[in-house]
Amino acid sequence: MTKDMKNYILELAEKNKRNTGNRGLNDFRELKIETGISVNAEGSAKVQLGETIVIAGVKMDIGTPYPDTMNKGNLICTGELAPISDPDFEPGPPDSRAIELARVVDRGIRESDAVDFEKLCITEGEKVWNVYVDFYVLNNDGNLIDACGLAAIAALKVARMPKLNEEGKVVHGEWSKEKIPFKKIPIPTTFVKIGNHIMVDPDKDEEENLDARLTVTCSESEINALQKGGEGGLKLEEIELCLTKSFKIREKIVESIAKLKG
Amino acid sequence: MSYKKTGRFDKRKADELRPIKMEVGVLPNCTGSARVKAGKTTAIAGVYGPKEVRPKHLQLNDKLLIRCYYDLISFSVTDRARPRPSRRSRELGLVIKNALEKSIFVEDYPKSMLEVFVEITEADAGSRCAAITAASLAVADAGIQMRDFVPAVAAGKIDDLICLDLTKEEEDVHDGGGATDIPVAYIPSIDEVTLLQLDGKISSKELIEAIKLGIKGCKKIHEMMGKTFKENYKIKAVKE
Repeated sequence: MTKDMKNYILELAEKNKRNTGNRGLNDFRELKIETGISVNAEGSAKVQLGETIVIAGVKMDIGTPYPDTMNKGNLICTGELAPISDPDFEPGPPDSRAIELARVVDRGIRESDAVDFEKLCITEGEKVWNVYVDFYVLNNDGNLIDACGLAAIAALKVARMPKLNEEGKVVHGEWSKEKIPFKKIPIPTTFVKIGNHIMVDPDKDEEENLDARLTVTCSESEINALQKGGEGGLKLEEIELCLTKSFKIREKIVESIAKLKG
Repeated sequence: MSYKKTGRFDKRKADELRPIKMEVGVLPNCTGSARVKAGKTTAIAGVYGPKEVRPKHLQLNDKLLIRCYYDLISFSVTDRARPRPSRRSRELGLVIKNALEKSIFVEDYPKSMLEVFVEITEADAGSRCAAITAASLAVADAGIQMRDFVPAVAAGKIDDLICLDLTKEEEDVHDGGGATDIPVAYIPSIDEVTLLQLDGKISSKELIEAIKLGIKGCKKIHEMMGKTFKENYKIKAVKE
């Protein structure tokens, strides 16, 4: 059955058509971003990418810095492949897919300096802000890295800082007027190689039949994170093609994040 | 400070690898094993299989199931690493498997499993690359049908210098553009990159240059892997 699906995807690709959505090889599915979906989170967002639905939330508290970044706040990303989202996902501790998802999103935010973590230091070497970004998949129709990456960055973009009392402790459920110091917008773009075709924003059927996968996260003119996935390999020219395309796709998507206000 | 002008801490040229030592068949109990030492970084890989799949539900009816485990030994780093799989090592197990899979004729071993264990006994950057190189030698030593070896090495950028095989000291550079780490695995016979990761800040143009340098490095390591392997069997042939 999967062989048939693969042949079908390849036939469509010859005609620059896709399995889901009225789109070509270089197009994303319809993207909807909604913020402020949670009352209790510092910042939150819901992203719909075709039939893929994910939500992300930011929570903050005060912690101690890591020894190698004494003057910076901490970023902690976790991803949950909730069993509600896919018959193949099982309850229990995160598997390697969920860990990879969280770590690729984490790397994009961290390496691009999306948030000014130096401003999230309260007392150097002693007290810093912990920023928890958690994303949950509610419906899986492929490309979870991009959907979660966009949800995470949207939630951070609108996040408010929690209020501190006189003793410097967090007052839960109240917020100060300040927002999280936001600097850049990293946008992840995931490509899959099926046969000789490179296509962007794979749906679940395309992911199940991929030969190789490449996620490029870029902010403005630089590349901040790469992750190759899948069991196959990529030629140098194919990697170059993905890099060029990712900057073009970023231009199209970045506005939908840039215009978000808390 | 420009690293282009001052050069690297250990005086290596930009495209120069750290001295590499490889040994095959180091652990008698394993079906196949290998040790790779790149500079100070040391990886020991051991392979068990092909064998019956456990747990049963993971069995693949059309091909070999490969499971990879990467483990950082607690005293391999300056701060003690907690022994127990971390999130990092879980991810690395996955990317190592993805790097190796294309090199193995997986269709020849349906309903079977191959387990690849890598222990990093000394970590000085580039441990996932040493792990892949060692794992590939171990798989070959186990007599598994393969298309080719999978050499791996990290390319990168220190401030303004694109270079090969970064050390921990170089990875920790923060001045100027900071350091960018780009591990690359490459299978020469099919001309494909099977591991590619990056974290840092780099332009498209520099990235392509770095990947090219990585591929060049992989080709050198590939040559050494072939030599090591042949040498190993020569010794074995004389002994037996």
